[in-house]
Amino acid sequence: MYVRALCAALLALILMDAPSVAKERYIIVQSTTSTQNSGLLDHILPLFTKKSGIAVRVVAVGTGQAIKNARRGDGDVLLVHAKAAEEKFVADGFGVKRFDVMYNDFVLVGPPSDPAGVRGMRDAVKALAKIAKTKTPFISRGDDSGTHKAELRLWRKAGVDVAAASGGWYRETGSGMGATLNIGVAMSGYILTDRATWISFGNKRDYKILVAGDPRMFNQYGVILVSAKKHPHVKSAMGRQFIDWLLSAEGQAAIGAYKIGGRQLFFPNAAPRK
Amino acid sequence: MSEIGAIFRAAFELILRWDSNLGEIVTLSLYVTFFAVALACCIGLPLGAAVGVFRFPGRTAATVLLNTLMGLPPVVVGLGVYLMLSASGPLGPLRLLYTPTAMIIAQLVLVTPIIAALARQITEDLNREYADQFTSLGVGPFRKLWAVLWDGRYSLLTVALAGFGRAVAEVGAVMIVGGNINHVTRVMTTSIALETSKGNLNLALALGVVLLAIAMAVNAVAMAVRASAMRAAYV
Repeated sequence: MYVRALCAALLALILMDAPSVAKERYIIVQSTTSTQNSGLLDHILPLFTKKSGIAVRVVAVGTGQAIKNARRGDGDVLLVHAKAAEEKFVADGFGVKRFDVMYNDFVLVGPPSDPAGVRGMRDAVKALAKIAKTKTPFISRGDDSGTHKAELRLWRKAGVDVAAASGGWYRETGSGMGATLNIGVAMSGYILTDRATWISFGNKRDYKILVAGDPRMFNQYGVILVSAKKHPHVKSAMGRQFIDWLLSAEGQAAIGAYKIGGRQLFFPNAAPRK
Repeated sequence: MSEIGAIFRAAFELILRWDSNLGEIVTLSLYVTFFAVALACCIGLPLGAAVGVFRFPGRTAATVLLNTLMGLPPVVVGLGVYLMLSASGPLGPLRLLYTPTAMIIAQLVLVTPIIAALARQITEDLNREYADQFTSLGVGPFRKLWAVLWDGRYSLLTVALAGFGRAVAEVGAVMIVGGNINHVTRVMTTSIALETSKGNLNLALALGVVLLAIAMAVNAVAMAVRASAMRAAYV
């Protein structure tokens, strides 16, 4: 009796959903914290939903985790920023095709006292080398995110073995961008962050952008439809509709129109499509 | 000091303003947690009482296991449930990942051992007290279970509240299996985590104060029910 009632309750739980979740048409987008924390998605997604009637449910995690989730089939569209990993995702057959969507850049932020003396440098690699030489605390994401991958690329170019310094002046938080910024600011360390997260970040204290403008700090975002060949349940039609909108003149204009304090956070750069 | 004042003021304003967004995440938090704790009680109370009352081989091991599982790390539970519910996992076809149901399941896994372990202790003590009567009356096993659960109900209410506290404050597991999707799976704790990562520390703390206030209200209601029930029972 009891056991049967319990099973029935469990079954009912599985079949029903929360009251707030009506039966709606939706896709799941695996994306990065920078697009969500900066407020970009809150700005552009309602425009798409209004036009198409498709709700977009965003899971915002690091790029590394987003790609892994998508490989497992837990998403219809991938919107991340690590080109090499994205191309591998497509090459491995998990994605249909990759498109450029928008870009911004990474910036190096640090305390106003600037103990390593990197302020105003244009060469990010040299700036990092200087930080390593002076053994000034540097706070890294350490989470295989797009930003973390970009940071490691710069360290490699600088010829610094950060793995050896980890735990010393080089500190890996293993957390998202925001958490890492919170920690870095509290530790008076240098942090590499994407500009969008930085502009919208609320706990800057007296931190400033010290190094920016190096072409190697370019930060490209790409969008990929998860392949229905690997995961037949993927909502290909709706996912494609979303990607088409994102790359269309309308979607691109929406991205470019998003500003905080008059500053544009993301720059649309989808290739014109026929 | 002024910062703390600002946080409480912000919390107060949040509650006073009570916009639809806040209402939504509070409702979902309570929905998920109540459901999870109710189910956890349905499973955990009889299970704990069975271990507490019956004598069977491996009973000590079962006790140790239950007590150990009280310390299950939420992130591990979250990952485990994620792997089960993921599209590539065994329960993938149910399409439960990133839904409130997934969050209920994660909290259920987290809370059931707590409720079972604490219920075991309470029912074991009661059983010792009643052992002679049970024997002399020749009470069957299910009557025994029922008797200790019913007579221990006031203590067991506290057990349920302990489970509620754990579930409502939990963030690691629901973040992974829910995905913190706006308007779908965003609850109090994941909102706090999100605002923290945006650097909106005051707002995050203010949300924490709101969460505490709601937990306090739930506890107060439970205690009031208990008090009136006890009065009714002992007149």
